[in-house]
Amino acid sequence: MEWAQEYLGQRGLATKYFIEEVDPKVDPLSPDNKLIMTTGPLTGTVASTGGRYSVVTKGALTGAIACSNSGGYFGAELKFAGWDMIIFEGKADKPVYLSIEDDKVELRDAAHLWGKTVFQTEEIIKKSHQDPQTRVCSIGRAGENGVLFACIVNDLHRAAGRSGVGTVMGAKNLKAVAVRGTKGSGGTIKDPKAFMAATKAAKKVLADNAVTGQGLPKYGTQVLMNVINEMGAMPTRNHRDVQFEDARKISGEAMHEKRPTDGKTHLVTNAACFGCTIACGRISRIDETHFSVVNKPEYWGASGGLEYEAAWSLGSANGIGDLEAIQYANVLCNEDGFDPISFGATVAAAMELYDLGILTKADIGIDAPFGSAQALITLAEMTAKGEGFGKIIGMGSARMCEKYGRPELSMGVKKQEFPAYDSRGIQGMGLTYATSNRGACHLRSYTVASEVLGIPVKTDPLVTEGKADLVKAFQDATSVFDSAGVCVFTTFAWTLADLQPQLDAACEGNWTMEKLALLGERVWNMERIFNNAAGFTAKDDDLPPRLKTEAAKTGPAKGLVSGIDKMRPEYYKVRGWTPEGVPTKETLDRLGL
Amino acid sequence: MQKSLHIDPNKCTGCLQCEMACSYENHGVFNISKSRIKVFNFEHAGRKVPYTCTQCAEAWCMTACPVDAIRIDAKTGAKVVHEDVCVGCKVCTIACPFGTVNYVADSGKVQKCDLCGGEPACADACPTGAITYVEADWTGLDKMRAWAGKTDTQPRASA
Repeated sequence: MEWAQEYLGQRGLATKYFIEEVDPKVDPLSPDNKLIMTTGPLTGTVASTGGRYSVVTKGALTGAIACSNSGGYFGAELKFAGWDMIIFEGKADKPVYLSIEDDKVELRDAAHLWGKTVFQTEEIIKKSHQDPQTRVCSIGRAGENGVLFACIVNDLHRAAGRSGVGTVMGAKNLKAVAVRGTKGSGGTIKDPKAFMAATKAAKKVLADNAVTGQGLPKYGTQVLMNVINEMGAMPTRNHRDVQFEDARKISGEAMHEKRPTDGKTHLVTNAACFGCTIACGRISRIDETHFSVVNKPEYWGASGGLEYEAAWSLGSANGIGDLEAIQYANVLCNEDGFDPISFGATVAAAMELYDLGILTKADIGIDAPFGSAQALITLAEMTAKGEGFGKIIGMGSARMCEKYGRPELSMGVKKQEFPAYDSRGIQGMGLTYATSNRGACHLRSYTVASEVLGIPVKTDPLVTEGKADLVKAFQDATSVFDSAGVCVFTTFAWTLADLQPQLDAACEGNWTMEKLALLGERVWNMERIFNNAAGFTAKDDDLPPRLKTEAAKTGPAKGLVSGIDKMRPEYYKVRGWTPEGVPTKETLDRLGL
Repeated sequence: MQKSLHIDPNKCTGCLQCEMACSYENHGVFNISKSRIKVFNFEHAGRKVPYTCTQCAEAWCMTACPVDAIRIDAKTGAKVVHEDVCVGCKVCTIACPFGTVNYVADSGKVQKCDLCGGEPACADACPTGAITYVEADWTGLDKMRAWAGKTDTQPRASA
């Protein structure tokens, strides 16, 4: 409990446990790596979006510390069963799953689940437990087969998605965690009256905000597809281009349009995770007559997607403007538990290798030019099943491009693929990616909020000035939100000042604004210290040469490359790190590390 | 004026704030397994449906109770379980056609929606207006309005 009062919960507290217990040099797939599933203090409470849980481990894809966050209902259920955190150590002799019913916790044989998809696994467990209210997180065949960007999927289509946390779970022979909690939470809330008032006030802030109150419920994160494309920050065809001519066809607006084939809209409804009053989630239905699903009625029902990042990675990144095909590939990612961002971006790299004649139809098993929806869905099916070229895709783009002698064509940082924002058109995101502790990622410091949407203040996306400070501020604040048990999307409306009263009413530890700000910085530095000890250096805080030498061809950023080499030293200085990216003694002392 | 809970499933996002509010109001904890309102998620149809007691005028549960533990709250019209009288025989749970009165093993009594004495916590907590508390005689008003809006009352040009 002493640590909880210092590191709050979820990302902060689990990182503390992880770095205390795990050797940074550990092989991510060895039994010596640990995997922590962790909730925050607001998880399973009435705080809006209070349903998050995180998985902290050393990532299979990156070899860096990973913290992958998921919504849905699983995290809250874990809390209701009376558990804040689970630490998995070692490796089971044979496939097992963890069953939790309040205090009754046991590892059970999972021989009958191994080889099954996420969708099947959830169904089988709920049936065998005779309890439809059981919540399940599991790996699909991707996690079993060693796809290096495998996810842990809960509630069918929410995922701890990035860095290969599902691969680590698979390496432990752990198929699933099933949890049913009837104890509830909130018994330890410090000041219930203040907590109810603070959460209510914060919900109003979300409801009154244009992004969280209107844009996200209506269009989901897909509200961004046309916006980012207009800005010239839409990575297209493996970052060869920065605008996609068919972006509109795969946008949030297009999901609302009636299809000529069946007169129905792609989007069925929006959906919330546990406790969320924003409800950005998308539930869609694929056109039954589309070639991808024409004889597959199991894919005709409503399912999760598309979110912006997946629509981009499976669409624009490959030059594919076929909404139905993209959603089918997205459903396969959910069904067998692999990260659509890394998968789609790896396909994009494969398509470039094909375009250059380095890969051929004989290698891939199918013609794979940019824009081929058939290639995308065939590769998704191969990756899900671990067949053919799917095994190569499953290595991720960095290892694949290395294998074919063109490492510079992998679009990522620390072996993790970029998400949906081009570093030339949104300069702050270049620094965000380069310095992210879990490899390229938009969720460590979403400066898009400031550089595009003007939240909390508008900054110019095309310049590097001021971005070091901006990125640090976003990184630290995000670490706090990730440690609280709430969703980072609240930060479109909330600042730390909205979160602080909720936390302080809920938790012991006198959580002032100053203490929270310090927590964010500490978490960031703890992760950094782990990565440095794992062997990462300043050289790994860099972008692929394409983004530094090949200027954007069109749009507002035309003629620009990323100014990462200018921003990086500024950032190290702002962080209180040496020019080599190592926290100085003064910084460590100041943070009490 | 008597009021009723009115549920519009099309507005439900599945956030479960209603279940949390219900359990907090009635049990003092955040515990959806103690909630008297439940949201059902029909995944493959993309539908989410909140469901709870509709406060039948001639309530089967009330009629079936052998010890007269379920009584009408004169103020709200709710059929309310009096825990001090309830013996936990569960006959009401069999009698109710809708499944909205349920046994609670911890207390050895049954529980059902009592409209929170006239200020239902679920309706207050619902962020989308899927659960509202409206005049009992006019629960159909919104639907009527929607259909009225679709009625073509414009004079037609004669051919």
